[in-house]
Amino acid sequence: MSCYKGKYADELIKNAAYIGTPGKGILAADESTGTIGKRLSSINVENVETNRRALRELLFCTPGALQYLSGVILYEETLYQKTADGKLFVDVMKEGGVLPGIKVDKGTVELAGTNGETTTQGLDGLAQRCQKYYEAGARFAKWRAVLKIGPNEPSQLAINENANGLARYAIICQENGLVPIVEPEILVDGTHDINKCADVTERVLAACYKALNDHKVLLEGTLLKPNMVTPGSESPKVTPEVIAEYTVRALQRTMPPAVPAVVFLSGGQSEEEATRNLNAMNKLKTKKPWSLSFSFGRALQQSTLKAWGGKEENVANAQTAFLVRCKANSEATLGTYKGDAQLGEGAAESLHVKDYKY
Amino acid sequence: MASASLLKSSPVLDKSEWVKGQSLRQPSASVVRCLPNGPSSLTIRAGSYADELIKTAKTVASPGRGILAMDESNATCGKRLASIGLENTEANRQAYRTLLVSVPGLGQYISGAILFEETLYQSTVDGKKMVDVLVEQNIVPGIKVDKGLVPLAGSNDESWCQGLDGLASRTAAYYQQGARFAKWRTVVSIPNGPSALAVKEAAWGLARYAAISQDNGLVPIVEPEILLDGEHGIDRTFEVALKVWAEVFFYLAENNVLFEGILLKPSMVTPGAECKERATPQQVADYTLKLLQRRIPPSVPGIMFLSGGQSEVEATLNLNAMNQGPNPWHVSFSYARALQNTCLKTWGGRPENVKAAQEALLIRATANSLAQLGKYTGEGESEEAKKGMFVKGYVY
Repeated sequence: MSCYKGKYADELIKNAAYIGTPGKGILAADESTGTIGKRLSSINVENVETNRRALRELLFCTPGALQYLSGVILYEETLYQKTADGKLFVDVMKEGGVLPGIKVDKGTVELAGTNGETTTQGLDGLAQRCQKYYEAGARFAKWRAVLKIGPNEPSQLAINENANGLARYAIICQENGLVPIVEPEILVDGTHDINKCADVTERVLAACYKALNDHKVLLEGTLLKPNMVTPGSESPKVTPEVIAEYTVRALQRTMPPAVPAVVFLSGGQSEEEATRNLNAMNKLKTKKPWSLSFSFGRALQQSTLKAWGGKEENVANAQTAFLVRCKANSEATLGTYKGDAQLGEGAAESLHVKDYKY
Repeated sequence: MASASLLKSSPVLDKSEWVKGQSLRQPSASVVRCLPNGPSSLTIRAGSYADELIKTAKTVASPGRGILAMDESNATCGKRLASIGLENTEANRQAYRTLLVSVPGLGQYISGAILFEETLYQSTVDGKKMVDVLVEQNIVPGIKVDKGLVPLAGSNDESWCQGLDGLASRTAAYYQQGARFAKWRTVVSIPNGPSALAVKEAAWGLARYAAISQDNGLVPIVEPEILLDGEHGIDRTFEVALKVWAEVFFYLAENNVLFEGILLKPSMVTPGAECKERATPQQVADYTLKLLQRRIPPSVPGIMFLSGGQSEVEATLNLNAMNQGPNPWHVSFSYARALQNTCLKTWGGRPENVKAAQEALLIRATANSLAQLGKYTGEGESEEAKKGMFVKGYVY
């Protein structure tokens, strides 16, 4: 067999293509309980289930927001949660034309003998979990591999191990009806320049696609969630146009046209920065046989979170802030964002945290 | 059995919109070495020739044009000459190659010509350098740099391609002589496996050759030919091709080859020559395009198909079928027999037939040019042009 051709093949291709619909993108709302706790504590809100539910309801039920989204990534708890009126979140999404997705990895662990490099866990029992999630309404999955740039990093071991893990995860997902989002995040931390980031990104993506091909993954039924190619966090910034050129070039060199879409991670960029960079990529006149979109977590929720502050009376304002970012990023996927989004508090604030642990 | 629905293109993306937006500023293609902050080394791609390689590759991959492969070794050229009753002498080889490079107006349809070493250093019968004639015709001269296939020890009776020894100095010398692209042909045999070893060796050899060529100013044509020999069906060819190209691209990346400065020369995805089930041009196009979409990064400017024993008309029809929609790479031809067959037979070694032979070549070149543009109609093709040229166990 040259690649996956099982019973879900057509559905996978259809769903992957749908996620890449121009004008739409993904809301990454899959923060684990621990991570969402950090977000909530930043606005002095207690990390309890009702608050987590309330935040997600605020997002998913923002009037007019779902039209700008093709997918939402959820954490397992959220997949089974309901609105205050008792409607399942997945049903809210379905009605809004949004595919529910599910984080399926179990976090990173260190690779012995390396300088703090990691691999991602989660393959054990993955098939059964995917089946369960499919039954609950999920149609795509996400698995985050992490690499870093350093004097001797990323090492060949880290690259191979993470690429292989992504490939195994991907084929298991496909066998169980979930479109795998392949996420090899190369952290922005460091003093390196954009050339170094480009170099590493190209090496990592080449290794990822080699692994995906060796594992017979159906490329038309996958999505890529890479970092944009940027200077390191401790290096001087460059313009969105430069980021766009380097990023698109890296993809041109590594991503076969069979992959329908790229959904970029924001990785610590501010809301506005992430939107402008995505916009610049979609304005670029060059070969781009895949659509370029977003899968933003912090870069979609930051100003919304600040506006909400955990208070019921702030929900409307918070939802307005969220709608602004959704619309701005939707325009960015079309290359039509004019940079005129009403900036909410914190929209221009960098969200980078050194050595950020999810 | 491949599901037919796999071969449909994405319902969402409008592929005609692949190129849109502002123009790409041209940053230097090679990576800057000096880095004030970190001690780590960077990838240097293609040395000092990066920009030129990109330009040459784009020129060869220009719309409506393809490559004339005329790099038959002396032994192989001898077979061609023998088929028209001619002796394999240098004079005869010179006469034949003079005929080819002097076809009036050839440069309108042919962007590059691959030469054998002898020809690169030869002059035409009128005493003009072959490379000069080509350049005046607006045709980029290329050079075969491999040293042929030999048995691969430890494999299942398979071959590997030689030629890496001294390749750096040879390519540098060829550049001096006027060559601007190179070609290296390795093969993979489906009836013999192919074994993982043979595939790996083929891919690695190509990657090393490509890196060395770029370092010395030649755009490498990367050619892993999956031989037509065999009874296998089109699905098996597809499976093997997917594997081979995954290896090839991975090793090219590992060798830091500049993808914007290479060209590919794949075989089309067809059933084996002895397979009872034949495929239509549409099927060949569907499978082949699917292969390209799954394995070829868009930064590669051109894909120049080999004909590998197909008839002249078959090769043109298949190419035409692949160009019915926009592709992110130039999809064209690099044909030897499928361009030269009728021309050779028309010449028959007689000076009085030169003009007619040149016209015959022009007919094929024009037909394939139209096929590259997706506009070939097949009107007026001769019977000779439709004859298959597959030879079982063909050795170049």
